[in-house]
Amino acid sequence: MEILVCIKQVPDARDVKLDPKTNTLRREGVASIVNPFDLYAMEAALRLRDAHGGRVFALTMGPPQAIEALRELVGYGVDEAALLSDRAFAGADTWATSYTLARGAEKLGRFDLIVCGKQAVDGDTAQVGPELAEQLGLPYVAFVRRVVSLDSAAGLLTVERLMDDGCDVVEVRLPALITVVKEIGEPRVPSLKGKMRARKLEIPVLTAEGLGADPDKIGLAGSPTQVLEVFPPKPRGQRVRIEGAPGEQVSRLLEHLKKDITLAAKVGAA
Amino acid sequence: MDYFLTEEQQMIQDLARQIAEEKVLPVRAELDEKEEFPRALLAHFAAADLCGLNIPQAYGGMGLGMFEQALATEQVARACCGVAVSYASSGLGIFPLLLYGSEEQKRKYLPDVARGKTLAAFALTESAAGSDASNIQTTAVRDGDHYVLNGAKQWITNAGEADFYTVIAITDRTKGPRGATFFIVEKGEKGFTFGKREKKMGIRCSATGELIFSDCRIPADRVIAREGMGFVVAMRTFDMSRPGVGALGVGLAQGALEAAVDFARTRVQFGRPIIGHQAVAHMLADMATGVEAGRALLYAVARYLDSGAKEVSKVSAMAKLFTSDLAMKVTTDAVQVFGGHGYMREYPVEKMMRDAKILQIFEGTNQIQRNIIGQELNKESGRSRKK
Amino acid sequence: MSLMVDPELCTACEACVAACPFGAIEVKDGLAAPNEKCNLCGACLDVCPVEALSIERQEAGPAAEGHQGVWIFAEQRHGRLAPVAFELLGQGRVLAEKLGARLTAILFGSNVKHLAADLFAAGADTVFLADDPRLAGFTDDLYGGLLTRLAQRHRPEIVLGGATAMGRSFIPKVASALHTGLTADCTGLDIRASDRLLLQTRPAFGGNIMATIVCPARRPQMATVRPRVMRRGPYEPGRSGELVEVSLAGVEFMDRTRLVEFIEDLTEKVNLTEADVIVCGGRGLGEARHFGLLRELADLLGGSVGASRGAVDAGWISYAHQIGQTGKTISPKLYIACGVSGAVQHLVGMQSSEVIVAVNKDPHAPIFDVADFGLVGDLFEIVPELIGRLKAAKG
Repeated sequence: MEILVCIKQVPDARDVKLDPKTNTLRREGVASIVNPFDLYAMEAALRLRDAHGGRVFALTMGPPQAIEALRELVGYGVDEAALLSDRAFAGADTWATSYTLARGAEKLGRFDLIVCGKQAVDGDTAQVGPELAEQLGLPYVAFVRRVVSLDSAAGLLTVERLMDDGCDVVEVRLPALITVVKEIGEPRVPSLKGKMRARKLEIPVLTAEGLGADPDKIGLAGSPTQVLEVFPPKPRGQRVRIEGAPGEQVSRLLEHLKKDITLAAKVGAA
Repeated sequence: MDYFLTEEQQMIQDLARQIAEEKVLPVRAELDEKEEFPRALLAHFAAADLCGLNIPQAYGGMGLGMFEQALATEQVARACCGVAVSYASSGLGIFPLLLYGSEEQKRKYLPDVARGKTLAAFALTESAAGSDASNIQTTAVRDGDHYVLNGAKQWITNAGEADFYTVIAITDRTKGPRGATFFIVEKGEKGFTFGKREKKMGIRCSATGELIFSDCRIPADRVIAREGMGFVVAMRTFDMSRPGVGALGVGLAQGALEAAVDFARTRVQFGRPIIGHQAVAHMLADMATGVEAGRALLYAVARYLDSGAKEVSKVSAMAKLFTSDLAMKVTTDAVQVFGGHGYMREYPVEKMMRDAKILQIFEGTNQIQRNIIGQELNKESGRSRKK
Repeated sequence: MSLMVDPELCTACEACVAACPFGAIEVKDGLAAPNEKCNLCGACLDVCPVEALSIERQEAGPAAEGHQGVWIFAEQRHGRLAPVAFELLGQGRVLAEKLGARLTAILFGSNVKHLAADLFAAGADTVFLADDPRLAGFTDDLYGGLLTRLAQRHRPEIVLGGATAMGRSFIPKVASALHTGLTADCTGLDIRASDRLLLQTRPAFGGNIMATIVCPARRPQMATVRPRVMRRGPYEPGRSGELVEVSLAGVEFMDRTRLVEFIEDLTEKVNLTEADVIVCGGRGLGEARHFGLLRELADLLGGSVGASRGAVDAGWISYAHQIGQTGKTISPKLYIACGVSGAVQHLVGMQSSEVIVAVNKDPHAPIFDVADFGLVGDLFEIVPELIGRLKAAKG
């Protein structure tokens, strides 16, 4: 199987803090990590490769340092990688990002399966996976929590899709794209040989020109959506501390909750 | 502090650290509580190519040295000493092979250890032979092209879990220091069984137990080196393996130090974090200085051993002695810094203190280490006098 | 489109550098200069003391002409309309009034015609109904393909869906096919009167800031909306509207994806995205079995059980219950966090909750900063006490 994993390098959310005075994000010393969901995507791809043979490619669109994220994946056992990097790609929304990734995927070859993480923890949209599938004209299943089976001969992949009320079992014809959630399986550990290979591996960097990308469809210029403004959220929480022994605390809490009609109905005469 | 590691060494350290933080840390308390052997974790080390660091490449290993092994062991010990002991003890078990094994023996046993498929264990200690290694009672009697082993080994790390054991037995009591021989005994061999698993103070996830030999017949090609070389093999093995124990101590102490510092920064008493009180800050300063000194000594000794130096007993003993005493002190002090919290199982330091104690006892008690150093000082001084 | 710096006015005071949330502007050679990270959010414009900064914005282009109508996707699963459909109609009505436009609900399924009456009662002027056995089960190909086709033919100005699993799965396919913008998981929608632009507001950077997104040139403007945040409108049973039965003649029903079966989650009576009350357990619970206590509390309140990542990673409860950045986003009426520290990645998932109650023995736990009511204490004493009181009241 030829499998493509699309990843994103994101700021380590634990380190990003908001400066309350200036309402800006303090980004000094914020490390970049591979988007957590994408490591799960990588693991899903590696497991399929280990079981059915083939190769796993990693692809990302980002600034030059995103190449480190790709090397990290090679350390885990990913076979090849490529970076799409160009100033013209910057400022892209999900439409422009998926357009760019699609052109990159086409340049790299034909894939039986494309695996993406459910969403990036900085953007939170969960849109790039489905939009990428649409750009490539592929069927897709989102929020996959388990690969049930692969019928290589028939080219059919059966997966479980996590819904709000349970789980849909879906069969999809390859080539296809899936986005995965954490339940798909814990990522393995990198290997020493993998890391050594990663250090030396030639990772091509493709520019807009190299991809033959339409300048009206990439980056900020190619983004149908724009940020109009940013502002601080309304401060949240009344922050009422309820002190005392547990019995007292519960009494006072119930008093507060009953001030709301809906909640009063739920707690009844308590 | 920067120890000027090569890129490869840095990779090993980073990888071992990543596995320790992602896989070992979350389960260490549970493994300790349940006294459960960390098989799944050892599989991660194997997948990461960390099980054959000092096995030559010809046998499937990475062909590196004790220094690289110490780097990895230290990182694992920082997360859990018990897991680190399970990981590193296989390395101790294969040392007799690495140093004295025949080509056939190396080819037969080392590759599977390197890829993490099999585990080894080292078996010397007996009920009558702790520090007094020469007092071992297990015998190996030649019978045609076999040897028959009888006796019992005590407190063997990885007992029952290891796939093969390097076992020392008396072949000729009359020959004194030349009367013992090392053998390779495989799990499942007729006449080789395991006794009860010990319940210990610390490193509880490590499997410690008895090996029982009852007319156990093994082929003569299982002799390591030659008949009579047993004690030489043992002494040389200990010389080379002491940095491994040193790494356990440094890693364990580092973990305890970090936990203590983090706690001291958040625990507020008398209106400020306790790290702001000199009594506590001074303790932490002493702990940190000790850890750095221990690390520096460990790294220097490991590198010296890897250089192929011949006279290594003294410094090897120093590395083990200093770091194990250090670990005991640092972990005890860490519990003290945590105060009442430190005594509670909910916090990680009481386990660290319990884990530390064994480091002063096994692999040659610290009293024996002092004996060794004393003897070496004597010899060295004697030699220099002659000039 | 770009950020313009007037070199005659710029004094290199660096106020813009400090105000930029994205690190996208620097002062070089005595002049402010945006770099490639700039996304035209305009935060710098507001702080420049000499008005040296301006943004050349894209005008609504020719693609925007001729589009009219506010559409909402009325999600139904297994014959039941999702509650978010009514919230969409409520918000959709507000937007439609401001635009002087019709409000249309899109309904796909098999044997779901009877649900149209509900949609009219909740405010839809028109319902586009595609009712066919082949639409009984949800696949992105079928629902996405059909909605795309309808939007291409009828050219709505706005298309909204719920940010449910279904919505977040197939709505992006539609936006991509229509080459238009989509904003995910909005918590606020409004119309800018001057140019009829849809203002789509959502939390960004883990909820640390709010961002308002627009789609100036392309149509329809699309957004998915966080469930339980928008207000339902009035419900008038018997209200009538225009039912349009969509002809499926000539529609190619792709069979690249096939729904095999549905495995129901029987641990929760109400799914987390629809729950009124959620009782969430964190690391402070200590053991898997203690979730039983939270289950009891949740049942008494008619709610569901959620979990922090720490509890899920410890193997105490399945991932389906995880709330937070790498789990689900929920907005119940009442959220009770027990033994949850409140790491920022968790807060992201539950900050929309209307009332937050936190129980934790650590007085410094960050959860107390967002809680409405904070109870510092032992959850193993407080929760049983609360359970006891609720049980006693039920008699």
